[in-house]
Amino acid sequence: MTVMQAPAYRRAEYHGFEAGGGHFIYLVSAGAIFEIDADVRTVLTRLDGQELTHAALVRELASDGRDTAEAEALVRELRVARLIQLGAAAPVMPQAPPADFPLQALVLNVTNQCNLACTYCYEFGADKIATPAGKPKYMTLDTARASVDLLIAEAVGRKAVHITFFGGETLMNFKLLRDVVDYANAATAAAGKAITYSLTTNATLLTPEIVTFLSDNRIGVTVSMDGPPEMQDKHRVYKNGKGSYAVIEPRLRTLIAHHKTRAITARVTLTEGVTDVVRIFRHLKDDLGFHEVGFAPVTTGEERAYSLDDNGMDSVLAQFSLLADEWLEYALRGESHGFTNVSETISELISGVNKSHPCGAGLGLMGVSPSGDLSPCHRFTDADTHTMGHVSSGIDRAKQGEFLKKGHVEAKYDCQSCWARPLCAGGCHHEAFVRYGDTGHANLHYCDWIRQWTDTCLRIYGVLAVQNPGFLERFAERKGLS
Amino acid sequence: MKHLRAINKKARAIGEAVAQVEAASAGTPTDMDEDVVALQQQPRPHVPMGCTLSFSPGWEVDAGGGTAGLCQPVERDIYDCYVTCFWPVQVPDHVNYSPDWASNCATATKDWRSLDLVFP
Ligand code: SF4
Ligand code: SF4
Repeated sequence: MTVMQAPAYRRAEYHGFEAGGGHFIYLVSAGAIFEIDADVRTVLTRLDGQELTHAALVRELASDGRDTAEAEALVRELRVARLIQLGAAAPVMPQAPPADFPLQALVLNVTNQCNLACTYCYEFGADKIATPAGKPKYMTLDTARASVDLLIAEAVGRKAVHITFFGGETLMNFKLLRDVVDYANAATAAAGKAITYSLTTNATLLTPEIVTFLSDNRIGVTVSMDGPPEMQDKHRVYKNGKGSYAVIEPRLRTLIAHHKTRAITARVTLTEGVTDVVRIFRHLKDDLGFHEVGFAPVTTGEERAYSLDDNGMDSVLAQFSLLADEWLEYALRGESHGFTNVSETISELISGVNKSHPCGAGLGLMGVSPSGDLSPCHRFTDADTHTMGHVSSGIDRAKQGEFLKKGHVEAKYDCQSCWARPLCAGGCHHEAFVRYGDTGHANLHYCDWIRQWTDTCLRIYGVLAVQNPGFLERFAERKGLS
Repeated sequence: MKHLRAINKKARAIGEAVAQVEAASAGTPTDMDEDVVALQQQPRPHVPMGCTLSFSPGWEVDAGGGTAGLCQPVERDIYDCYVTCFWPVQVPDHVNYSPDWASNCATATKDWRSLDLVFP
């Protein structure tokens, strides 16, 4: 005989937080953020650890002195917004992304040569996955043109495309860069698309002419550096071991003073001994004048000498929080602060992203090696195990599909019960490969960290939503333009 | 939305959906169909004619307010209810309790008069 039970309400998956005197929830299934009132909190508390049928829930709410119609309306509102649900939500199975997802950006690895020998470099350090032996060291103009053509052909339906120049040290192939920009400007114009550019450099080869070129062409610049002299010179050294700070400082000042068309960003790699986040930030922002400063812990396999241990990560997170508080103070005054890690997360929270994949790698973004091999992103260039076609023959759809299927958050078992997954989606494919030998593995070594950081940013978001919502709106607009 | 304040784009999109549902159905979400609903409720739930909803035993009146559209066990072809209906109560249960109830009814169209009530 069939046993029938009345379906009961349960809470949907969410992360609750308080900020600025208000109560909020981050709804995981959607990436939506709501400020909630006392009535909603009552319902959620009643459903804490138990399920209630519609009738029982309404009865309980009415027993608090509400009239039944009001209680009904409250339950309906929560139900339609999916904060509560009847029974278990149907499981969502991994979906393969559409096979013809349009490209949006290419990272051109214009050279795999570098004039520095940073000890932690993922491209040439102990954890490298690239196998550049016997392959061209510099990209030729033909390869670069074929890349641009591929980008235009594959960016079906996109109004704008983007090219990032990358290395090695990008400026070691500046001549190519200039020619590519000319070619790409003309080619995209002919195709009726807009194009934007950015470049990553270690700043050692910047000259006034290069700076002018970058500014004239609105090329966004990210400088990889680690901070004040003693930190910069710890890992970011020439092959003879000499530090690079003294060389780059005057060049950075020229860059920041003369490149006026785009924000200039510093990207700091945090390693053992280089975790003084606040001091680094002060130096880069206040002394050198960078507009934005972002930090990333180094990617390492096992216990490398430079890897961050748990204490290092705790200290990093504590300092991130200090800077995040400062970011909030600025935002409450309507000013921008420049701590990229907060800005990035806030902009994702504004739109409510809910990622199927941690990043665009292999989806809207691909890396191109000097020889023209395609890979999921710049960190996989020249790694034979991860080629995904060639600029002359096009994208290898089978390999792309396989990569994306693995990288889909729904395929990562560990992430299914994590409230941070709309933003994290399992984390960087490359880091997963270096750590676990599998691009589809969840980056479990930083989950606590990600969740704590996401919570911090949600609180900032909440305070702003209560005290200066206008800032969030302006922020969203500005982000849209950058 | 009365109790929720949307504070990001995704939440606002949900808010619009809530408003639409509220406007369209005067407060009754369209996806409330798993809920227990009353026949007199507006808008009326969908009621299939001819048989009960599989999950609604105890149906007493049909969509029209009468009994003509009720499920088979009550008013229609009781032999079919006995053979195919999942509902084990109001009809003789040929699996557990009344295996022989239809034994003198070889051809339902001819012998249906020989079917009788089951007396426990
Ligand atoms: S990797 Fe960790 S933090 Fe990221 S979604 Fe998965 S479980 Fe959550
Ligand atoms: S795979 Fe990692 S390194 Fe590559 S684009 Fe994604 S997050 Fe960045």
